[in-house]
Amino acid sequence: MYLYDKYDQAMVDARVEEFRDQARRRLAGELTEDQFKPLRLMNGLYLQLHAYMLRVAVPYGTLSGRQMRMLGHIAHKYDKDYGHFTTRQNIQYNWIKLEDAADILADLASVEMHAIQTSGNCIRNISSDQYAGVSADEVTDPRPWAELLRQWSSFHPEFSYLPRKFKIAVIASQEDRAAMRLHDIGLELVKRDGVVGARVFVGGGMGRTPMIAPEIRDFVTEDEIISYVEACLRVYNRYGRRDNKYKARVKILVHELGKDEYRRQVEEEFAHMKTLGLDPPVAELDRIRTYFADPAYETGIADTVDRSDPDFAVWLDQNVAAHKQPGYAIATISLKPVGGIPGDASSDQIKLMADLAERYSLDELRVTHAQNIVLPYVKKADLYALWQELDAAGLAPANLDLITDIIACPGLDYCSLANARSIPVAQKIANRFADIGRQQELGELKLKISGCINACGHHHAGHIGILGVDRKGTENYQLLLGGSGAEDASLGQITGPGFDENGIVDAIETVTNLYLRERSEGERFLDTYRRLGMAPFKEAIYG
Amino acid sequence: MGDVLNFRDSAPASETPVALAAFLGASNATAVRIEPGEDARALLAHLDRLSLVEVTFPAFGDGRGYSAARILREAGYTGELRASGDVLVDQLLAMRRVGFDTLVPNAPLDPAIVETTLSRFADVYQKAVDGRTPIWAKRYEEA
Repeated sequence: MYLYDKYDQAMVDARVEEFRDQARRRLAGELTEDQFKPLRLMNGLYLQLHAYMLRVAVPYGTLSGRQMRMLGHIAHKYDKDYGHFTTRQNIQYNWIKLEDAADILADLASVEMHAIQTSGNCIRNISSDQYAGVSADEVTDPRPWAELLRQWSSFHPEFSYLPRKFKIAVIASQEDRAAMRLHDIGLELVKRDGVVGARVFVGGGMGRTPMIAPEIRDFVTEDEIISYVEACLRVYNRYGRRDNKYKARVKILVHELGKDEYRRQVEEEFAHMKTLGLDPPVAELDRIRTYFADPAYETGIADTVDRSDPDFAVWLDQNVAAHKQPGYAIATISLKPVGGIPGDASSDQIKLMADLAERYSLDELRVTHAQNIVLPYVKKADLYALWQELDAAGLAPANLDLITDIIACPGLDYCSLANARSIPVAQKIANRFADIGRQQELGELKLKISGCINACGHHHAGHIGILGVDRKGTENYQLLLGGSGAEDASLGQITGPGFDENGIVDAIETVTNLYLRERSEGERFLDTYRRLGMAPFKEAIYG
Repeated sequence: MGDVLNFRDSAPASETPVALAAFLGASNATAVRIEPGEDARALLAHLDRLSLVEVTFPAFGDGRGYSAARILREAGYTGELRASGDVLVDQLLAMRRVGFDTLVPNAPLDPAIVETTLSRFADVYQKAVDGRTPIWAKRYEEA
């Protein structure tokens, strides 16, 4: 994985000292909260319902054991002994004291981490495929491009006060595990005539106006990608709406101009940008690539797994994916135990995952946009020992991509924007469907819950989505069906009137029962919904 | 006009800039003011007679002025480029990098904090219009 050189380290160290000074001025009363707000936001510090929340960037979701251990240390020392992994592959701490924030940033900088641009109307953390570098279906490892973009976007002088936040994802497989087309810019690396370049999608997003990004350019090569992205951003910075924060994302600009006119303006700007020498030489991307080269895999090792323990076999079948290298596997640690808080991990669990990564996964972990953790380099011969240690720590739910592998935002339990709680609803659903046999019977079923229209829980992209709203002072939950954040991206449709907390769980049971009755061979819930349409589901719920 | 923070070798222009519409309307003015919604490229045909372009920031969070400034510098404008309005110490570095060389903040800035802010980051990650060598180029030179 990428290692900082003296320049990268100097940047984060300078940022820590800058923030230390800003926090000192705030605590001394030299800055008002209004003056301090834009400063803390650029450092990922939000003032929430009960305390400050600090969001730490995990660039493209990749972590070393040492970095993961530091995340556990921070949870223990400065928070209430846990952290929350987010849908953008970051981690959030919900109970931070302003007095500690600069020390936390210094601790992070000591392991080459930061909270730069994890909030604010700027270019956010670059996200990617959690199976980057280890899946057999990728064209190339997308992370060198993501790291190039991370550096380019850090403290970008022109694009730090955009109309709204700006999220970029980079993938390199046809299978989309990063919800690429629901980002402001999605890059899909493809190979044409032996040359790798990016298909560029602009204007996706969730929130109150969900959109799937249209393709704006079918190929940009690595020596021009920075110029091209600068052109996309400049058109947005100049013409994106600033009169209404709910219409300020680039998706609205692309939609209002139309993709052809947006493309025309970008091309015009791109032609100009290309003359300015903005692109690093290919040698720079090659330098970054060396950090992502394949590890020294052992060869000739066992490529089979002993399945004699039936509980292990269930986890193996559900949570372990094929690796490109014989003898190795990709193991997902589910942070979705029944009755737990989706994406939360205790400091002990975080530290254990760090240890396990060092012992079993060549010192590397990934955070997934579904709020789970991946060990990308596990020898098949080690899977059973790994599973036993995970199981003992409550980290072996065998529910990857099943109905209890729920994405949920923090909701009204923490978030100042929320209208309704998300976590208790996720817990009730998980309890209702707790039986693993029942979950397996339902198969792949992506359930996503947001506690308000801002859609941090990706409800639009759930095969089943839930949106919490406030209806005359009580929490009400709308049901959506048919969304997908994958390569078959689609937006869920609302079934009809909402439900209370118990009613929504019943409604989910109703639609899943209908699916079990009506499905054809091999169909997922999503496929059956797409074949049958909304009517029979609506009839079953409200009829 | 409030206190001017001047990063030019020469004194800041003393003339009062005219609005863009007035400037384009056949005036012979040499100083112009552009607001966030106005197109800096409208000035490109007139750069040789301009000695001051003032870009206003009614609110610090409206970042259109950064693009306006960089566009003018990219087009070769070498005259005074002034940021005025809600200009806070935390925007200074970005403003300098996109080519502003005079600043007229609504509220005066502490000179000590200005100096610390501008010298805090030894290097930059991207090429802009301030002539600084980006980190990627420094790495390439060393390699």
